[in-house]
Amino acid sequence: MSAISKVLSAREGESTELVLRNASVLDPRAGVEGTYDVVIRDGRVAELAGPGGAKTDSAEVVEAEGLHAFPAFFDPHVHLRTPGREDEEDIETGTRAAAAGGYCGILAMANTEPPVCTASDIGSLRERAEREASVPVGFLATVTQGMRGEELTEMAELRDAGAVGFSDDGLPLRSARVLRRALQYQRLCGGVIALHEEDPDLSGDGVMHEGPASAVLGMAGIPSVSESTMIARDCALAGYEDARVHVQHLSARESVEAVRAAKAAGVRVSCEATPHHLALTDEVVRSLDAAFKMNPPLRGDDDREALIEGLRDGTIDCIATDHAPHSPDEKEVPFEAAAMGVTGLETAFSVLHTELVAPGMIDLALLVEKLGAGAPLFDLDRPSLEPGSEANVVLCDLGAEWTVGEDGYESRSHNSCFSGRKLTGRVLMTVAAGQVAYRLRSFSMGVAA
Amino acid sequence: MKHLLSIETLSRADIESILERAASFAEVGRRDIKKVPTLRGRTVVNLFFESSTRTSSSFELAAKRLSADVVSIKSAGSAVDKGESLKDTVATLSAYDPAVIVIRSPHAGAANLVARWTEASVINAGDGKHEHPSQALLDLYTLRQHLGELDGRKIWIVGDVLHSRVARSNLIAFREMGAEVTVCGPPTLIPRGISEELGCKVAYTLDGLEEADVIYALRMQRERMGESFVPSLREYAARYQVDARRLGPRQLLMHPGPVNRGVELSGEVIDSPQSLITEQVESGLVVRMAILYELLAGSDRPRSAATGEPLPDPTEIGQPA
Repeated sequence: MSAISKVLSAREGESTELVLRNASVLDPRAGVEGTYDVVIRDGRVAELAGPGGAKTDSAEVVEAEGLHAFPAFFDPHVHLRTPGREDEEDIETGTRAAAAGGYCGILAMANTEPPVCTASDIGSLRERAEREASVPVGFLATVTQGMRGEELTEMAELRDAGAVGFSDDGLPLRSARVLRRALQYQRLCGGVIALHEEDPDLSGDGVMHEGPASAVLGMAGIPSVSESTMIARDCALAGYEDARVHVQHLSARESVEAVRAAKAAGVRVSCEATPHHLALTDEVVRSLDAAFKMNPPLRGDDDREALIEGLRDGTIDCIATDHAPHSPDEKEVPFEAAAMGVTGLETAFSVLHTELVAPGMIDLALLVEKLGAGAPLFDLDRPSLEPGSEANVVLCDLGAEWTVGEDGYESRSHNSCFSGRKLTGRVLMTVAAGQVAYRLRSFSMGVAA
Repeated sequence: MKHLLSIETLSRADIESILERAASFAEVGRRDIKKVPTLRGRTVVNLFFESSTRTSSSFELAAKRLSADVVSIKSAGSAVDKGESLKDTVATLSAYDPAVIVIRSPHAGAANLVARWTEASVINAGDGKHEHPSQALLDLYTLRQHLGELDGRKIWIVGDVLHSRVARSNLIAFREMGAEVTVCGPPTLIPRGISEELGCKVAYTLDGLEEADVIYALRMQRERMGESFVPSLREYAARYQVDARRLGPRQLLMHPGPVNRGVELSGEVIDSPQSLITEQVESGLVVRMAILYELLAGSDRPRSAATGEPLPDPTEIGQPA
């Protein structure tokens, strides 16, 4: 395990001396829960002092009474659209969106235009991140050259250049033979292989979940088994090769069951679920609003319940947004013609707090834990408030009510599927690797003492 | 009623009012000069992004019989083929201040989007495999000519339900008017969950077809063979073709057209006295006149797309042109 900022790339900045006074602190992993002054100094959590007990001589003081301080979040699944579609997102806007959502680190997918396939691609992205990124960002490389699913990329050289892992996300690895070779090669080069699981034959020209809603709308369905059968196949391969795989964006009940069975059989598999799959079902697609089009699609009620149960019982390791920016031109068209994908970084915490924690479906502690759990899956330190840890802290107002999109977005794209929705709970401030990466405009900071 | 986007959003009373209006237009078709001045000075734009013979000609003629100015745009050769987006096309056409835009699109929900982008009334003339409300209305009109009220009547919809917008709209419309509906076809062509969702029975064979008061056959498209939905047209026809043997003397036969003779229907039933297929086309004209009238003269006073001002009432029916 390594510190997030040691492995990932970000803009160098002033490390802040900061005291969050009288904050309600919750770090379930470290077993911390109570009111403390959180002291941040030299890029670390220096101290959790008793309420009002921290020395504030040279520090900036934030009056945090009634506010919650958590370990900041980590998103292992983000699309930054760079290179190629900087009109939709780039490293600067994407990491700003991440900071606004309370994230202290993100991993960018490799399905750019062109895809990230060579060591020099990784090198130039990391250089750019060092100039532009407001939170540390890591880059995955593709598993196969050009994402064509045929020949492997130079995985060892890519790892040396800093690729955090590998994924052809956006497309499944159709060939079991190719995936098997990659899993074998992983013994040489390491790096988690992250899998977009979908059988293209079963998905066909599907645009939404196959179920009652698709029956009424007359739109081609993507059956749940398109995802779960590939998960079962790939878990079998990973088990056979004793390889380490991560299954991306689970959407279906059958998929949760497939991962649960694989874990029980000892396969080294982890998986993620997105806020939109945890909060919404295909019922919303009846509006025919392309804002609800993504892949995998929103599924049925029992699928959503199975995902939530998977969070509770540990089958689902972490929450990832699959933040996928798209231009209005790709979304202001009929549903079937629209691009797949939704943004998510800026709303993840608030959506899940509103839809899962507030109604009592999961505990706040579980949400905080799952929002940070993506880091250790990629061999990075889990964000923590334990004194001595790298300072990755998010300050939230759990009572704040806001409407998604009312103040615009930090992301360059506005294709949120929660646009216009009233949410409860909001990120006020994010500290990533000891630097203040974000503060809500209307949130006034205390003056330096 | 401002738009006609789906059957789903219409109540039984809405449907009945359109059907009654259609009956009053039937008289116009029997005149020497088949034209009334009702929509004089109004513009109707037909925007067809899919090939269509009967629906586009029917809407065009309906608008002309009401004395509207009609512009018909087909996808081939239009700006859409040059990469223009639907939104831009609609903005362009809205500049002509049309009273109505009739749209046929290969995509579900296209008409709803158009309604969002224009001040004109919008008629969905088929959106993807989703809905085809004017077809459902003309089929109801045709059936009521023969059966009166449909309450308790049994209707079988036979064929490729999965890919049929007619099946969806008609199923909803028949149920709304009180009929009991069975959808029948090969299991590969019946959408998962349709019976729970739309309240119909599902049958995979024609056994029991004799209970039907009405048999509504759907077009079986040849493309479906290549996608392994059915092994061959031969096997399909053997199992699902409505022929003289299967069509009872008191049963009515309908089809939205165009028919594949010898596939979903045999030649002799198409030309049988039970067949309402040509009558459906005739009904299409008066029902579409009624829809245009209803949208422009209904309770919500139509507004000019350019100025937003309410338009004057259409001229009463029956006045000479």
